[in-house]
Amino acid sequence: MALVTGIPAPLTPVSAARLLVLRNFIVYRSAWKLFLTGFLEPLLYLFSIGIGVGQLIDGFEFHGEQVPYATFVAPAMLATSAFNGALLDSTFNVFFKLKYEKLYDQMLATPLSTGDIARGEITWGLMRGSVYSAAFLLVMVAMGLVESWWALLALPATVLIAFAFSAVCMALTTWMKSWQDFDKITLAQMPLFLFSATFFPVEAFGNGVLRWIVEATPLFRGVVLCRELTTGVVTWESAVSVVYLVVMGIVGLLVVRRRLDTLLLT
Amino acid sequence: MISARGLRKSFGDFEAVKGIDVEVRRGEAFGFLGPNGAGKSSTMRMIASVSPVSSGELRILGMDPATDGPAIRGRLGVCPQEDTLDNELSVFDNLYIYGRYFGIDRATCRDRAHELLEFAQITDKAKAKVENLSGGMKRRLTIARSLINSPDLLLLDEPTTGLDPQARHVLWDQLFRLKQAGVTLVITTHYMDEAEQLCDRLVVMDKGLIAAEGSPRELIDAHSTREVAELRFGVGEHEALAEKVEDLGERVEVLPDRLLVYSDKGEEVVTAVLERGLQPIATLVRRSTLEDVFLRLTGRSLAD
Ligand SMILES: Nc1ncnc2c1ncn2[C@@H]1O[C@H](COP(=O)(O)OP(=O)(O)OP(=O)(O)O)[C@@H](O)[C@H]1O
Ligand SMILES: [Mg+2]
Repeated sequence: MALVTGIPAPLTPVSAARLLVLRNFIVYRSAWKLFLTGFLEPLLYLFSIGIGVGQLIDGFEFHGEQVPYATFVAPAMLATSAFNGALLDSTFNVFFKLKYEKLYDQMLATPLSTGDIARGEITWGLMRGSVYSAAFLLVMVAMGLVESWWALLALPATVLIAFAFSAVCMALTTWMKSWQDFDKITLAQMPLFLFSATFFPVEAFGNGVLRWIVEATPLFRGVVLCRELTTGVVTWESAVSVVYLVVMGIVGLLVVRRRLDTLLLT
Repeated sequence: MISARGLRKSFGDFEAVKGIDVEVRRGEAFGFLGPNGAGKSSTMRMIASVSPVSSGELRILGMDPATDGPAIRGRLGVCPQEDTLDNELSVFDNLYIYGRYFGIDRATCRDRAHELLEFAQITDKAKAKVENLSGGMKRRLTIARSLINSPDLLLLDEPTTGLDPQARHVLWDQLFRLKQAGVTLVITTHYMDEAEQLCDRLVVMDKGLIAAEGSPRELIDAHSTREVAELRFGVGEHEALAEKVEDLGERVEVLPDRLLVYSDKGEEVVTAVLERGLQPIATLVRRSTLEDVFLRLTGRSLAD
């Protein structure tokens, strides 16, 4: 039997994450139809609400600029597609691998560490969200819903959104005990989607506490970030959003790693 | 290869490993023999550098698992007690991806995967999903997978549990060859025949402690007689009859279904039993095994 000659060089964090992505890629290669569904939802909302309801509404004022309704809704759906895509893999699938498949136990028998697993899985969630967003952005361009060259930065922005949600949702998933617990995620997902200034401006919440709360939620940060970039009305709010999402992602990543340590290295 | 001193493992208040000293030398086959819950798997997981040591000292391949985990694991092959295969991948991809986790390049991984499919005798299942394999095939795949990185040290936690007798013998033969090729083996088992066949040296573990250590032959010589006469009587009679045969051997063990009389001359024991007018339903004279050593050391049989 041929022997593996010499000891392979230790994996760098980047190559380790690439291996986890490769593993997930091989799994999805034979189930690519599953991959499509996550993309459809925001697209349907864009057509039904953005275009459909847009026939009845002139548009909204955004940072003092008048924007047609579809142009207003589209960036929100762009952020949502990153959000949805990131959630798909970092919740149910991670739970399945962690509790039932014991996939991470298998990986920990190799030189891979819990940090590698955290980074790899979050990267995959991030990539899935980003792929959806990239496709969505193309649809927006094709439909003339993009008004500025700033929109080029919308792509990295969605990567950031996908990173932040992928990390935090994976972290939350490590506390899940049963499939029922995922109702809580669905319960949080719906209001986040509906009230993050997705379909109407945040001014609708008045000037009180409620608006402050909405402005502090993560999907809202993603939505304004995308909206400022695709409409070209960029303000300091984008900077706030970027910092917010970066911090959220990093905290999520660190928590995931610590949780995997406690759960798996017993 | 492995050196443990005062090694302990606790889970909360419960101490699964209560201070053991183990020394495994390069190229030998070393066994942990013990009943359920003895702490074998807990010890193996510490050696595999996935379970932090609670206290005591542990060095593997000269390194400290607490700080050099990835480097140690890169040189280990691990076959865990429960198969941890990737059910979402094909049989071939299971081997291939696992090899990649070690940082082995694509081409070598592919070659190794093909070789190991042969090794596990599941080449025809290469494209099948793991879910569709039989239990024994999964076990063989797990064992094959542990060899993907040509490990220096192979840890096998109950490797043959779930294999049919023929597959077991094939595996023993394969493990023997690996040993000849210089791979150090550490095996846990509750099959004494497996331990006798495979292990140069072993420890008998019970309730988190080491009850005895040595080669199978040494252990048998030290803790048992050459032969054993097994006497089977009617249900419930064994306890009462024990004292009637007590003087015939060095020692008598009462099991629920039979009496074991330890003597260097088993046949003479059986003759004497019959001469006393006792009428066992069945008798058997056999050589002492590690099972007897275990019975002697712990007062319980391995199957408990
Ligand atoms: N993660 C854990 N948390 C709590 N207790 C544990 C854990 N792992 C093992 N134990 C306990 O430690 C003891 C030793 O378990 P271990 O798995 O090491 O035994 P074993 O010798 O491998 O037994 P078996 O032959 O059944 O595999 C058992 O009582 C078990 O319940
Ligand atoms: Mg065990």
